[in-house]
Amino acid sequence: MSEPISALAGKNAEGFARVSEAGLQGMITLRGNLASAALAAAVKAATGCALPGNRGIHTKAGKAAAWMSPDELLLLVPYGEAEATAAALEAALAGEHALAANVSDARALFRVSGAKADQVAMKLCPVDFARLPQGEIRRTRAAQVAAALWRSAPDEISLVCFRSVAGYVFDLLAISARTGSELAPA
Amino acid sequence: MSTRLATGGRLIDRSKPLSFTFDGRSLGGFAGDTLAAALLANDQMLIGRSFKYHRPRGILASGVEEPNALVGLGQGPRFEPDQRTTTTELFAGAATVSQNAWPNLDLDIGALNNLAYRFLPAGFYYKTFMFPRFAWKHLFEPVVRLSAGIGRVPKDRDADRYEQAYDFTDVLVVGGGVAGLAAALAAAKGGQRVLVLEQTAHWGGRAPVDGIAINGMPADAWVAETVASLAALPNVTLRRRTMAAGVYDHGYVVAQEAVADHLPGADLPRHRLWRIRAGRIIAATGAIERPLAFAGNDIPGVMLASAARDYVVNWAVSPGDRTVIVTNNDDAYRTALALHDAGLVVPAILDARAKAAGELPALARARGIRVLEGRGIARVKGGKRVKAVEVCAQAGEGAVLETIACDCVAMSGGFSPVVHLYSQPGGKLVWDAANGMFTPDPARAPTGADGKPFVTCAGAASGALQAADALADAHAAGGGEAAQAPRAEAAAEAPMQPVWMMPQGAPAKLRFKMWLDFQNDVKVSDVQLAAREGYESVEHTKRYTTLGMASDQGKMSNINGLAILSDALGQPIPATGTTTFRPPYAPISFGAIAAEARGEIFQPLRRTPMHDWHAAAGAHWEPVGLWRRPYCYPRGGESHSQAVNREVTNTRQNLGLLDASTLGKILVKGPDAGRFLDMLYTGVMSSLPVGKCRYGLMCSENGFLIDDGVVVRLADDAWLCHTTSGGADRIHAHMEDWLQCEWWDWQVYTANLTEQFAQVAVVGPNARKLLERLGGIDVSKEALPFMAFTEGTLAGIPARIFRISFSGELSYEVAIPASHGLAFWKACLAAGADLGLMPYGTEALHVMRAEKGFIMIGDETDGTVIPQDLGLGWAISKKMPDYLGKRAQERSHMTNPERWKLVGLETLDGSVLPDGVLAPAPGANPNGQRATQGRVTSTYFSPTLGCGIAMGLVRRGPERIGEVLEFVAAGKSIPARICDQVFYDKSGEKQNV
Repeated sequence: MSEPISALAGKNAEGFARVSEAGLQGMITLRGNLASAALAAAVKAATGCALPGNRGIHTKAGKAAAWMSPDELLLLVPYGEAEATAAALEAALAGEHALAANVSDARALFRVSGAKADQVAMKLCPVDFARLPQGEIRRTRAAQVAAALWRSAPDEISLVCFRSVAGYVFDLLAISARTGSELAPA
Repeated sequence: MSTRLATGGRLIDRSKPLSFTFDGRSLGGFAGDTLAAALLANDQMLIGRSFKYHRPRGILASGVEEPNALVGLGQGPRFEPDQRTTTTELFAGAATVSQNAWPNLDLDIGALNNLAYRFLPAGFYYKTFMFPRFAWKHLFEPVVRLSAGIGRVPKDRDADRYEQAYDFTDVLVVGGGVAGLAAALAAAKGGQRVLVLEQTAHWGGRAPVDGIAINGMPADAWVAETVASLAALPNVTLRRRTMAAGVYDHGYVVAQEAVADHLPGADLPRHRLWRIRAGRIIAATGAIERPLAFAGNDIPGVMLASAARDYVVNWAVSPGDRTVIVTNNDDAYRTALALHDAGLVVPAILDARAKAAGELPALARARGIRVLEGRGIARVKGGKRVKAVEVCAQAGEGAVLETIACDCVAMSGGFSPVVHLYSQPGGKLVWDAANGMFTPDPARAPTGADGKPFVTCAGAASGALQAADALADAHAAGGGEAAQAPRAEAAAEAPMQPVWMMPQGAPAKLRFKMWLDFQNDVKVSDVQLAAREGYESVEHTKRYTTLGMASDQGKMSNINGLAILSDALGQPIPATGTTTFRPPYAPISFGAIAAEARGEIFQPLRRTPMHDWHAAAGAHWEPVGLWRRPYCYPRGGESHSQAVNREVTNTRQNLGLLDASTLGKILVKGPDAGRFLDMLYTGVMSSLPVGKCRYGLMCSENGFLIDDGVVVRLADDAWLCHTTSGGADRIHAHMEDWLQCEWWDWQVYTANLTEQFAQVAVVGPNARKLLERLGGIDVSKEALPFMAFTEGTLAGIPARIFRISFSGELSYEVAIPASHGLAFWKACLAAGADLGLMPYGTEALHVMRAEKGFIMIGDETDGTVIPQDLGLGWAISKKMPDYLGKRAQERSHMTNPERWKLVGLETLDGSVLPDGVLAPAPGANPNGQRATQGRVTSTYFSPTLGCGIAMGLVRRGPERIGEVLEFVAAGKSIPARICDQVFYDKSGEKQNV
């Protein structure tokens, strides 16, 4: 079997913050009744995380569960486990109305890192980063395309977009991170 | 003449000389100069020619309100017209050119218009160009285009880059003068987030120039101290060179930061457009001085009194050796004092008021300056520069009492608070008759979603023109307690006296030369003429005369024009009302609006996993939605049409490979999914067996065809819906709309998996052989019949294979995870080399589907076509009680046999019909246009048949098979016979092997 390739194969750019495509990330779209105990249990089994509240993202040992909408979660697992995890979720939720789909290949994941990482994203996303704590995820846009982002570390923002626009988003992030164009006032 | 003073200049750095050019002449200035200051320092008072009469124009102001002193700035790809010299910071090597002058600034031919002013009155365009009609196009417009206009349009692509940024704040303070700083300090003490924007490079505004003391220290010192304490607060952000351009609903503010205007060529975004969400806005935007309307008030050397003072104090530039001050208020006396203290001569202060007895006039008199009360200017003498003023009684009709030689006139007609940001979102104003100005009406402030005011004016912007009042007002606007307000000490000012025309009884001869709007050349006589011609509304008068419609948006002219109009109409100013304040406050660049969206990232470009391979293979691209798909892959010296013909023929005879990854793929799952799809499609999808595929049509509620594609039953409760390439997002939204808004109790979930899978169509007689070579899945006719699908591992990659055909050939569409898409594509190419495998593009796809008579959404459909028009009745269920569009399709117009329906078309000579052409019918339609009976919807050269083939919609088409229609293209008639639209393999044997 051929080796899977992420959209930009780990491309990166250095400016006043570092922009890198994070390679392959397992992602599962889970739609269902978020009030259901079975769903919470299935999420726990798949990610080790408790169900996140509105706009929340819970992370544990390299896996995560993120709130997307009142009936949708995004689960993050290692790329190689995504297909099996999706199948396990489908099986665990067989008794109720739910949908679990592996969307790992439909997405691209970027990390913007450095002390000024926020300033890169501020140029593209209408998000109040000063009031975005760790543990929150935002579905927003990056310039002209849909995106979701969260603080994956104190000095790091993770941003997910659709795979087909990975090149566009990389170029957006790279030009926004160009040295000298910091937003900090003089 | 104007010149640099030997000492002083609080904003310039004499240790950093900078050279620049004006109309090719090399000049010198200092760091900290504005272009206007540097030009004046070089005695360049004449900057450009006026818009209509080509009158010589100089520098009138020292800030954003400047109407005259605009230049073309920069060269080549950095050239930009209409740059305001009074706000542009001087930089080394700045190349500036005067505007609207030909052949040059000093000798301008257009100035002949000046002699013809009687023939260019208000409404000149409307009056002159209405009749005779041909004259506009052939006579007037070419002449007007040559002589009108301001700057030259840049010819080159802009070399700079731009960006935007978002910000959020509790309190936004616009204006970094002393009022803004006081408001910010008061607001910040409460711990709220405070953002302060200052449009210039300097904090403090006018106070340091006006010699105000605050809390016992000079204004400069207080400003420095306050800025330092604000900067130290973690909840305060200070931004200079950032102009708030517009305030919109819900506290949305757009501001432009001039990041690198003063550093051209630096690797920086030139402008940054800030998009700010503010809880509350404090507009500490100050006030703008008004000119006085006297004859010759536009002659270079006449400037605002506050500007004359700014040039002396800020940049150590003398605007003239002898400056006559003309005023209706005390503030202008500060200019007299500043000029006198700088060693310049003030021959007289002409005060329109009968008495000038305040503290400031007393100071002027104490310095020996002549103060003439009840006097005004009858006329300014001079052409390209002021030579003298003729003094008259303000109360009279302009009889000259005295002529005073001078080279500068500093005028002040009072101040207008800058209420723009308050007014833009709907704040109302009241007229303050005593001070001759509109001020914000606190009872009618713009309100936010909570019904509370969200914009407050502070300081001079709220009408508190005196320093002490302004600071107290601003401190209160920031939420501070009165006792803690900073205290300003300034000379007390006596009341001003509104003066709208000088002298008040000026005859027509003088009124013809009194400018109101300097940039658009509108005079007192024009507004009075408009009133005589029946204009009563200020909005109509504005448009008729073009008053206030130039790029300065009438910052200096609106109130004066309004007063003249009110006077002409014989009514008080508030009865006439103001014009509407609209964003932007001052022009912002198109670059900042477009921001990063240019070049490669003008639009998001969607790429399939095989995109780079296509590019390397020399694909000619076709945009499909935001995707780029290969149109064809020319080889050697092939033309595009040759490449398409080869790709079609090779696919029909051997094997073709198509990147079909862009096809929409939407997973629909749940107990009610079958019922849901039965409503969405015209055919029954709930009855589709697991493992099978069915072609489906989707219609809007109005019955019109909106999308088509193959639906696959994955499991008992799960279907995969393929959509058109451009339609995936739209159809997904359509599904969610119905699920969330109408059938919210149906148990159905959807997921758009379009990009999860790369999809490759393997098409042609050798298709099965190729898949067998790749190995892993049984693709025999028995195991995988037409319109079925299977899953497994193909070439070592997890794959789903759909046996469907859009070409009429034996065809498989293989879906693999996107991350394996390129690997699978390459595996096919490697394994299929000796099977005659060639990739083909979208045009070959189109030709092959047309040869088979398959419709294409967007070609055969245009939003007015129903499936029944296209002979697709077989895909419409007769049994289903309902589906979206069913009832609409039963309406009489939809069932009318006269409707245009799909047929094939073949030209009699085998040529290719032009796309979109119409077949005329006898007679005319109700609009008097030629009646028509059909049009071409798809047309191609078919390499398979060796002739042109086409499809079209024709009135009662299927009943007229065999009839010859005349299509008309470019005046030529092309006969084409109506035929069946399936040109190739009517029985469908080829796809069924």
